[in-house]
Amino acid sequence: MDELEEIKITFFQECDELLGDLESGLLSIDAGATDPELINAVFRAVHSIKGGAGAFGLEALVRYAHVFETLLDNVRGGKTDLRSELVKALLRAADVLADHVAAAKQGGEGDAVSTAAMVEELEAWISGGPVPTAPAEEVNIEPNEDGIVFTPIKLSIPEVDEGPKEQAWTITFQPMDELYSKANEAGLLIREIERLGKIEVELLDDALPTFDSLDPETAHFAWKVRLRTEVQEERIREVFEFVEGHCSTTIVREAPAPTAIEPAAGPDIAAIIAAAQAGDAQAAANSAPSEEATAIAPEPPAASLPAAAVPALAESMSSRGAPPPAPEKGNQATIRVDPERIDKLIDLVGELVINQAMLAQRVSGHGFAASSDVGRGLDELEQLTRDIQDSVMAIRAQPVKSVFQRMPRLVREIAGQTGKQVRLVTEGEGTEVDKTVIERISEPITHMLRNAIDHGLETPEERIEAGKPAEGTVRLAALHRGGRIVIEVGDDGKGINRPRVRQLAIDRGLISADAQLTDEEVDNLIFLPGFSTAAKISDISGRGVGMDVVRKSVQGLGGRISISSKPGLGSMFTLSLPLTLAVLDGMVIDVAGQTLVVPLTAIVESLRPTPAEVKKVGAQGGVLAVRDAYVPLVDIGRVLGFQTVDTNPAEGVVLLVDSEVGGRAALVADSIHGQRQVVIKSLESNYQQVPGIAAATILGDGRVALILDVDALVAMRRRELPRADEPFIEAAE
Amino acid sequence: MIKVLTVDDSRTMRDMLRLALSGEEFTVTQAIDGEHGLEVLSESGADVIITDINMPKLDGFGFIERVREDAAYRATPILVLTTESDPEKKVRAREAGATGWIVKPFHPEKLVDVIRRVAA
Repeated sequence: MDELEEIKITFFQECDELLGDLESGLLSIDAGATDPELINAVFRAVHSIKGGAGAFGLEALVRYAHVFETLLDNVRGGKTDLRSELVKALLRAADVLADHVAAAKQGGEGDAVSTAAMVEELEAWISGGPVPTAPAEEVNIEPNEDGIVFTPIKLSIPEVDEGPKEQAWTITFQPMDELYSKANEAGLLIREIERLGKIEVELLDDALPTFDSLDPETAHFAWKVRLRTEVQEERIREVFEFVEGHCSTTIVREAPAPTAIEPAAGPDIAAIIAAAQAGDAQAAANSAPSEEATAIAPEPPAASLPAAAVPALAESMSSRGAPPPAPEKGNQATIRVDPERIDKLIDLVGELVINQAMLAQRVSGHGFAASSDVGRGLDELEQLTRDIQDSVMAIRAQPVKSVFQRMPRLVREIAGQTGKQVRLVTEGEGTEVDKTVIERISEPITHMLRNAIDHGLETPEERIEAGKPAEGTVRLAALHRGGRIVIEVGDDGKGINRPRVRQLAIDRGLISADAQLTDEEVDNLIFLPGFSTAAKISDISGRGVGMDVVRKSVQGLGGRISISSKPGLGSMFTLSLPLTLAVLDGMVIDVAGQTLVVPLTAIVESLRPTPAEVKKVGAQGGVLAVRDAYVPLVDIGRVLGFQTVDTNPAEGVVLLVDSEVGGRAALVADSIHGQRQVVIKSLESNYQQVPGIAAATILGDGRVALILDVDALVAMRRRELPRADEPFIEAAE
Repeated sequence: MIKVLTVDDSRTMRDMLRLALSGEEFTVTQAIDGEHGLEVLSESGADVIITDINMPKLDGFGFIERVREDAAYRATPILVLTTESDPEKKVRAREAGATGWIVKPFHPEKLVDVIRRVAA
């Protein structure tokens, strides 16, 4: 990849981090933090985004960031008061900035209308603060071609003919001590002038003191340079840009006198430059007298001065010379590694885990006792393998912060749409989870937050009436528990209206009117397909997505979701996910001579049915009576094509699973081996997608086992039933 | 070889500088803020220093002042990375001891040119 393109990727990654810093900084300020470093950090975030954007020519982003930055600069300079309304405006400005970055990432520009409105608002703050101030730049100063900004200077010279014809200039400059103290050099200035045309240099050494009063750190010399060039005066002044104020400079255009300067060989410029660079004393020593009268540098008393006699000068010179070689040392805080390499490493460690399990199985097959040397060695190997696996997984682990930091904006938007007042509290942002999980938890969190605000929280009026503060609180937390990551979304709203939920579930045929349900069971009815408690489908919770879809996507990740609620006090969603999608807890089963793995999260229970519980329906179909309900039987072997005749459920084992497409189903298998953690191997990348199969794994004995996609399997079964025209995905709403 | 130390808290800018100075003429060391810059300088030295202004911990002004306090670096050119919108910062940087400045966004060849211009 082009290096610049790579840096651009880095830039957008950095932008995401900076936008996160920006938002969290503003939120802390909004919450009352007064640390001045906060506003500095907020300023730096916008400043850095602007700086990088400029490097990539993202003009729209630069223009917007500039206005934003100007206001922030005023704030941190105390020119604009940081009132609460301003912080709110800055938060919205940060959202627009995020939009700009996102648009730029896609090669576009931010929305012109929202940008214009935001710019107008920001500019009003810039000019309407307690001390009205103009934006930082009053003149639009373009960098010249040297990349140097040249502040316009009023010149008191007569108008001159702007033609490009060669002109003669006399430049006189006398460095002050400060010039050298800022590491500028008279010799470099002469060299720069030389780049503009032909020059003659005259050393003015009138001020050189006698040797006994010579201070090597003081500027003694001046130079007069005659320059013949076609460039304009501005270009000559640029040479002195860095030393402005530290060097008295006059630049005078000579009256046209074609014969005044002969194109004779100039003085030994190189010698003079070398001399000037080396400092005044050395300059005098090295400047060879020239034939040209104008460039004579008379030999000063200091000519025979040994360098050692002027220690400060010698020191300064040595620092200019070749410094001692030192090892190159960059930023060692982090190293960047291609994610593919880490993925490869994780794959390899997965192989190692499988290999270790195989080895253990084979060794035990040979009758070695666990207490034998071999057995103990294997125990150690197992421990080491696990440690390696944990360490490798930790490399790819990321804090949930990257997901959490996108949520305040979402909450602001939903609050705006619903007219509710919401404060978002986040906890455990540093909780780490595998990258594969991070990428997929954003959506369920978004839905839970939408639900909490839209359905959980009351309007400010309702809250006040209920004796609560007008502003509701939504808490988003992450924590590790039992080898899983738990995400909690809680609100202090009204809680679930259980009688209403129950009635709705009865109305929609989800439960029977006389069903005896615990409070918890009632609460969890909202996850059933076809359930929606919203009185009207709002923009927010609507969008065609109910909590059933959220549960489906969570289960797709091997996770579980539940809700608990206290009437009048609020509700809490609890989402529990595996720390990685690289390994899976599964139930190993046998079906028609094949070994398969069923994800444990899909399994509700396993049963050995009696023949009486199995009812035939049609030629191929059947149902199983489980307590007081009938559950469709799904013969795994036949659906996947391993066999043509159904296994008799009464002779095998039945796994009761929850599928999202067809509700509860009973998977029929021949036998169960047991529960095991398996390493997930993608089938698509190694073979091809197979209907009903989610992935593959390698078992301890070296056999490949397919991991079932329970939802797909149940859907496939429904499709082959006689009533195939029936939509097999029930309406989510 | 001109040994250049760049000090910038932005990873993008550090990468840009490293790319711009990737020629054989330069060796580049990088630091992520002023404090880190002082550390790297004491470890590795530098012929030319390029520093950002707005940085956490120790900003560019403070960094320049501290560098100039060290007699070994009194004659080391220090260039400041500024944006076109802060001319007053240029003045402050020079008061702190900066030799010159580079305007962001910079053209890589111009950056090289300015470094050559200040490096003896």
